[in-house]
Amino acid sequence: MSKRTDSNVYTMVFAIVMVLIVGSLLAFLASSLKPNIKENERIEKQQNILYAMGVNENDDSSANFVSTSVAGDEFKKYIKKQLVIEGDKISESDDAYLIDIKKQKANAKAGKTRKLPLFVGEKDGKTFYVAPIYGKGLWDAIWGYVSMDENMVVQGAYFDHKGETPGLGANIKQRYFMDDFYGEHLLTEAGVFKGITVAKGNNDPKNEEKTDYEVDAIAGATITGDGVSAMIKQDLSLYVPYFKNLKK
Amino acid sequence: MGILSKKDAGLIKDPLFDNNPITIQVLGICSALAITAELKASIVMAVSVMFVLGLGNVVISLMRNIIPSKIRIIVQLIVVATLVIIVDLVLKAFAYELSKTLSVFVGLIITNCIIMGRFEAFALGNGPWRSFLDGIGNALGYGLILVIVGFFRELLGSGTLLGFKVLGDPIEKTGLYAIGYENNGFMLLSPMALIVVGIIIWIQRSKNKSLIEEA
Repeated sequence: MSKRTDSNVYTMVFAIVMVLIVGSLLAFLASSLKPNIKENERIEKQQNILYAMGVNENDDSSANFVSTSVAGDEFKKYIKKQLVIEGDKISESDDAYLIDIKKQKANAKAGKTRKLPLFVGEKDGKTFYVAPIYGKGLWDAIWGYVSMDENMVVQGAYFDHKGETPGLGANIKQRYFMDDFYGEHLLTEAGVFKGITVAKGNNDPKNEEKTDYEVDAIAGATITGDGVSAMIKQDLSLYVPYFKNLKK
Repeated sequence: MGILSKKDAGLIKDPLFDNNPITIQVLGICSALAITAELKASIVMAVSVMFVLGLGNVVISLMRNIIPSKIRIIVQLIVVATLVIIVDLVLKAFAYELSKTLSVFVGLIITNCIIMGRFEAFALGNGPWRSFLDGIGNALGYGLILVIVGFFRELLGSGTLLGFKVLGDPIEKTGLYAIGYENNGFMLLSPMALIVVGIIIWIQRSKNKSLIEEA
């Protein structure tokens, strides 16, 4: 190291210049790429919702969305209504799928009314009700979409995560986990909301028991699994009044 | 290796075996424990680290004469963080699917001690070309161990390799499972990665006694 680089003034100037260069470079990149990233995220939401109601290109074991180029058209074709439930008020909005669930959860905590989006889709003459859920995993946020029939029996589920451990918690977005939810009941026979628990002791790997309110957990991913159970219980229970009204 | 001088070839070869970052330098253990439950994750991580370490070593090496020694660690940290964030942003904008797979690795790469370790130990004192080779070599050595550990953990823990059921189906009881074989769920947990790495270190040192430190 030469002497020149040891002086305090040099160090200070170097630090300032470096921070300025790096800061402006990152800011420039982030803002110029923002429209692209936003668009990608928007399409992904449509793909997620379609996936949950069974509009996907799944093969034997991997989960595949409909391709990005057709996602918008497929979304229009299959999703008949996008509802926003606010307390007793139900309105329709074409941008309901863009509602930020995280923000709405924060609103609810602050005492404001929470907007609950619900997507009514139709496929092969069957009606699907798709609701978004959002919660916490081990390291970061987890979220998903659950589609139900009018009795709140699960017709499909999609989960995703921001930073769960690869190979363990990250496997909540694998078919073998998501497919387990198919056919599970959320309500008891008496119509009380019970939710679905990701349980270690379920001992039902093929998930033949559909009314036990449990699915098999993933080994080594206890906290992520608990997060999935919690977000299903918290977020889906809010939709119970809507489904009760539906029956009337 | 025709295109590389003997000395340069050593930069690639040494970290693979006799100066392996994980088993000899004991760098990058944390990520080796965290993400080796599956072979696929191991490979993705190895490739990502190779990219960041190769490029980062070159950048640090080019800056080596102007970096003030008092704040060099912070400068190194900024360089690696910037590189990783740029890659993450560009992938998010133009290869969204790929970025979804890689996003979990971003944090793991920034905090990977291999990267800071090689910046500090090599790139600060050597030219860009040699630093580049050192980065690639160390990433290969790191990746080699990751792949070995990932191979055994996925095979013994889940009975699969890269997601394919190579030992049969544990639920339908076909293949090996038909004769009573069971997956060892313990292999999926991090402590088993430490034990597998330990076994590799043991085998390596018993083959090459010169690696054993004097007590």
